[in-house]
Amino acid sequence: MKKLIQLFTVVFVSAFALLYVTSYLNSSEGYSGKNTLTVYNWGDYIDPDLIKKFEKETGIKVIYQTFDSNEAMMTKIAQGGTTFDVAVPSEYAISKMKEEGLLLPIDHSKLPNLKYIDPRFLNLSFDPGNKYSIPYFWGTVGIVYNPEMLGGKKITSWNDLWDPNLKNQILLVDGAREIMGMALNSLHYSLNDTNKAHLQEAKRKLDALTPNIKAIVGDEIKMLLANEEAAVGIVWSGDAAEIMSENEKLDYVIPKEGTNLWFDNMVIPKTAKNIEGAHQFINFMLDPKNAAQNAEYVGYSTPNAKALEYLPKEIVEDERFYPSDELAEKLEVYENLGKKMLAYYNELFLEFKMHKK
Amino acid sequence: MSGTTKNYSRYLYAIPYASWMLLFVIAPIILIFYYSFFDIEGHLTLDNYKRFLTPVYLRMTISSFWYAFLITAFSLLIAYPTAYLLTKTKHKQLWLLLIILPTWVNLLLKVYAFLGIFGTYGLVNAFFETIGIGTKQLLFTDFSFVFVSVYIFIPFMILPIFNALEKLNPSLVDAAQDLGASSWTTFRRVIFPLTLDGVKAGCQAVFIPSLSLFMITRLIAGNRVITLGTAVEQHFLVTQDWGMGATIAVFLIIAMALIMIVTGNRKWGVKQ
Repeated sequence: MKKLIQLFTVVFVSAFALLYVTSYLNSSEGYSGKNTLTVYNWGDYIDPDLIKKFEKETGIKVIYQTFDSNEAMMTKIAQGGTTFDVAVPSEYAISKMKEEGLLLPIDHSKLPNLKYIDPRFLNLSFDPGNKYSIPYFWGTVGIVYNPEMLGGKKITSWNDLWDPNLKNQILLVDGAREIMGMALNSLHYSLNDTNKAHLQEAKRKLDALTPNIKAIVGDEIKMLLANEEAAVGIVWSGDAAEIMSENEKLDYVIPKEGTNLWFDNMVIPKTAKNIEGAHQFINFMLDPKNAAQNAEYVGYSTPNAKALEYLPKEIVEDERFYPSDELAEKLEVYENLGKKMLAYYNELFLEFKMHKK
Repeated sequence: MSGTTKNYSRYLYAIPYASWMLLFVIAPIILIFYYSFFDIEGHLTLDNYKRFLTPVYLRMTISSFWYAFLITAFSLLIAYPTAYLLTKTKHKQLWLLLIILPTWVNLLLKVYAFLGIFGTYGLVNAFFETIGIGTKQLLFTDFSFVFVSVYIFIPFMILPIFNALEKLNPSLVDAAQDLGASSWTTFRRVIFPLTLDGVKAGCQAVFIPSLSLFMITRLIAGNRVITLGTAVEQHFLVTQDWGMGATIAVFLIIAMALIMIVTGNRKWGVKQ
């Protein structure tokens, strides 16, 4: 018994000592509860140097946490117990979070840099007047492929993927809306289609693609494509840019049937503790030089018109990432289809995944 | 209530255990059952159970059981001789430690390593290439899924079997041999029956988690293998259809309880 008490004492004393040391270290660096800012963002979606620069300029310590799907992020914020000050959801998630009252309004007077944003990206249907969200990045969903592995063959459309010569060569990203959207687009339906007959047709079309599919994966898709594990991949444009910078043989194409155009915007969740700091952070990211640096690092397309001037010409003039107006007309933004429809999309996607070769 | 101090202190000691069980075992199970009766819009319904009994989920259940069975069978096939060999070696503890060591490494890290090893330009294919077999697709196949799962679970199979073999009184084996049993008969009639509890414990430790594997199905099998675990993850994180996720979990709990009862009955019997 005596030994047991001794043991417990040792454990308690060391735990408190550690607690004291961490809080001492934090305060010695000038960090207290008040001047920290918790940013909740997608993985690998910011230039880490910018965080350091922001900390230096403002004296606010940034705690950076990441998520890998809008749904996971919303679940965490909705459940509470977190103190995220800034989050970066996609457009359909923003309209959902707005409906559920998970967002705080943004004070535009605290964001002088907002004027640099291209008006094309402001006042969109998911957030009229940008009351709750400020553009961060935008991009498309498309096809990355390796012409060398395909014997010089070019891919220009979704329907090219059903070519029997591509047997076991395609990697898909594990997202119900992306893949169902691809099938819907290949049938010339809208990727927001809610007609169940159309969705069933899209699912049957996906089943027919099964022999060509090597795997349906998550973020690993970048590494697998760069390593030439497969010749074709369905990915987001920014991932494509990253893959192409690692393996120059690869090319990215926006399919001619049209595809998804998406936006990731910065928001202030209702869990925010440091609202002032959140505005400072958003304004900092809107600064053209910072936005340009971030766009160059991350590889996605920046909505910041002034930032384009600071970016290398070959990036800005690349139609694969900054598509022409003609192509841009065929791009569609995901609408919030409601929980029930989304569940139906997911159910079909799950059934497709279970379809054996 | 007798009210003696001894009895009081016994209740006192039971508090941590009882509250742990209540908070982290019983309460979650009740919650899972509770959630399974709600549809995606929060209406009370039995639809989730009806949905589970449709071909989609039944096929998923069958394939989960099939893969879990394969994983358990291969683990046992490798683990039993290994454990047997271990009891005969000189530095038992060292060998045992080497087998346990990989379990200290994060699971995800080990799985990621296999992405590199099994890749088209990975270690195994480089070896195949040099010995003239040529490159094969290893990643995203049933083979790689079962292989990696067996690799991950095998320590949990070896340990209980090893312990059972260690406890086995060697004079029983000697006696069998003295009485003229061949080594195969000795194994079949003496060694194996006496270590059956270890085998059962090992099978439980492998089969039950295999049923609900999910990360490996995506990373190693490229979502070409869909288990009930994958579906639970999908429903909770992506679809946010907690009701359906909970319903699948209910069936998993029932399946696990059944397995425990079937494989664990000897413990309740007359033995010892």
